[in-house]
Amino acid sequence: MSQVAWLIPALPAASALAIIFFGKRMPKGGAEVGILSLAIAFVLAVVVAIEVFSANVAAVADGGEAFLTTVGVELFPISAEAGINAGIRIDGLSAMMFLLVTFVSLMVHIYSLGYMAGEERFTWYFGLLSLFTMSMLILVVADNLMLLLVGWELVGVCSFLLIGFWWEQKSNSNAAIKAFLTTKSGDVGLVVGVITLWSVFGTFDISQIIAGVEAGAYNEGLLTFGLVALVLGVVGKSAQFPLHTWLPDAMAGPTPVSALIHAATMVTAGVFLIARLYPVYSAVPAAQATIAVIGAITLLMAGLLALVQDDVKKVLAYSTISQLGYMVAALGFSYTAGIFHLFTHGFFKALLFLGAGSIIHAAHSNNMSDMGGLAKVMPRTFYTFLIGSLALMAVPPLAGFWSKDEILVEAAAAGAYTGNLVLVLGAIGGAITVFYMTRVLYLVFAGEFRGYGHPHESPQTMTAPPVALAVPSLFIGLINLPLPAFQPYAFSAWTMFSTEYWVTHPIEFSPLIAFVAVTLAAAGFVVGRLMYRDAPVGDADPMLRLGLPTRILQEKYYLDRLYTDLITLTLVRDKLGAASVWLNDRVIDRIVYLAGAGTVGFGRGLYDVADQKGIDGLVNGVGQSTRWSGGRLRLAQSGNVQLYAGAMLAGVVVLAVVFAVG
Amino acid sequence: MQAAYPLTFAALLFCVGVYGVLSRRHAVLVLMSVELMLAAVTVNLVTFGAMVGDALYTGQVFALFVMAVGAAEVGIGLAIVLLIYRNRASVNIDDADLMKY
Repeated sequence: MSQVAWLIPALPAASALAIIFFGKRMPKGGAEVGILSLAIAFVLAVVVAIEVFSANVAAVADGGEAFLTTVGVELFPISAEAGINAGIRIDGLSAMMFLLVTFVSLMVHIYSLGYMAGEERFTWYFGLLSLFTMSMLILVVADNLMLLLVGWELVGVCSFLLIGFWWEQKSNSNAAIKAFLTTKSGDVGLVVGVITLWSVFGTFDISQIIAGVEAGAYNEGLLTFGLVALVLGVVGKSAQFPLHTWLPDAMAGPTPVSALIHAATMVTAGVFLIARLYPVYSAVPAAQATIAVIGAITLLMAGLLALVQDDVKKVLAYSTISQLGYMVAALGFSYTAGIFHLFTHGFFKALLFLGAGSIIHAAHSNNMSDMGGLAKVMPRTFYTFLIGSLALMAVPPLAGFWSKDEILVEAAAAGAYTGNLVLVLGAIGGAITVFYMTRVLYLVFAGEFRGYGHPHESPQTMTAPPVALAVPSLFIGLINLPLPAFQPYAFSAWTMFSTEYWVTHPIEFSPLIAFVAVTLAAAGFVVGRLMYRDAPVGDADPMLRLGLPTRILQEKYYLDRLYTDLITLTLVRDKLGAASVWLNDRVIDRIVYLAGAGTVGFGRGLYDVADQKGIDGLVNGVGQSTRWSGGRLRLAQSGNVQLYAGAMLAGVVVLAVVFAVG
Repeated sequence: MQAAYPLTFAALLFCVGVYGVLSRRHAVLVLMSVELMLAAVTVNLVTFGAMVGDALYTGQVFALFVMAVGAAEVGIGLAIVLLIYRNRASVNIDDADLMKY
């Protein structure tokens, strides 16, 4: 089955084309095509995952090699050895991502039926959803960095189009442009990194790069530079500090889009990239330390930012950044911990966003100050949202507990300053996570409704997907129970990239760390409950009354000010722009003008000399010389027949003499 | 060696004809000189025919042909001369120079 895994991205590709070209004529505006293709893709993903995972479990039992299938075709060659290829690489990691992407995408497709009902550009929306799913799957399945880059940029474009889906509002299209430009500035590093890896290993092929690292034949300095440059791309795409500022603004898009793109899949592309190249990263401690530090900073600072938000989607957005920070930090020392958190987080964060969409749909506002008391009117949304929140708060035994605990255990095991940094900040971040989710739960669901109108439960299409997502949010953590007897059959074995790594990096459980983490979480909950039991909003909100800290957080550490006012407006527009205008007017324009004038002068000279004198002279000379010689020759045509006859006789005599002599 | 006499005679006759063609101005005289050249050729044909002595008398037969052709040629030539004379009241060939530049 893994041989035909390319069908998994091909299905949404086909449905994207079908929806965009024929969707408007279909009874449901093309949505049914998208849902059908995603359902088939999900089934295929399950089949592939079962094949890959069982092969990996068998490999662990027999001590064989980890499952890996690559199928590729060369598109065009660059040099004798390397070229641009299109190929698929199926291993535990891509099988896991298939499951996550197709499942969440399917849920979001179904949910969007209700959420986007009556939307003017309904068909276009579903076309984009399918297009995005295809792009993300290409990114996941790629067996070489060039194809991965193609998928990477395609998801960026789809993200841009979907954030700006309601472009009639200027702020939405501004958010789309901001997201696009911010991730693009990170992508510069990505491209530099890919090219650097090519110069180190002479190939884009991931298998060959990994083989090159294992062979040890590489320039360490250059490789470190390339990997750190790749991290810049990760920082942009996965919204890590300091390029995280686009993700909260990206909440301007439709909420299902936020669930799919800006929580479960696209923003994890950076994490996926590091996991994909994990054997390479693990050979370069400096790059790993960079990842760990960036992730640790991100998880804490984004968690703090979530405390002061009033927009429920922005709380979830900062929470996503924070959780992405956990994943990135985890990949600084553990492959399994990083991707396990990616996997579990994809489910419960998508659930939370879909729940938030349902709430917003009911309350007609994004702001928590306009909500309250919704637990009574929308119970299904409340319970699913509660399950998602508990999973995110890392309450045992829900999904988030096991993955976050794994990260902390691995951080402690890694030790050194990066490990300890991640351990400490991660534990504090866990408490902060619990605190802001408690705040959200009380502000949204407790007390009395503060908004306008009468909220009501959302339609079936919008409550069924959260229920379906709640199941994995509850139980998915159990697939990687840290029990030695269970481990050969667990997630760590399913998704391993080599048997050796699985053997040398066992998944462990530390009662102490689990106890501390749960205690901190409980403390976070207690403080949150004390503060928000009565659902204080506006000026009464204790988080908004802290003075300077609140101000700093509300200003987002002044990073947006730095980027927008200082860098974009002052530096780029006022200084760099003016300098560019000066350079353009005074230097480039003059050079261009001089070049133009020089060309005209040269052309005129060429016309005067070469054309008029040379070519025309030649042509006229040919004519005149012919005329002159004709004038001379025509004198022979005297009309005197006897002269002609005499000349003929003379000729005959001459010829006779010649023949006689010869 | 008897052939030497008629061949010499024919050569002399041809030379006289050539001289006449090149030097006369009167068109009729030029035509007559041309006839002299033809006559020289006829003598040659008869001489060589006799020398070869083939059963078909090819040389003599061709001499008859040449006479016939010469008669026809003179007929046309005189007709042209008559037309020129009618048109411009002169038979001096130097006057018939329309073909020159």
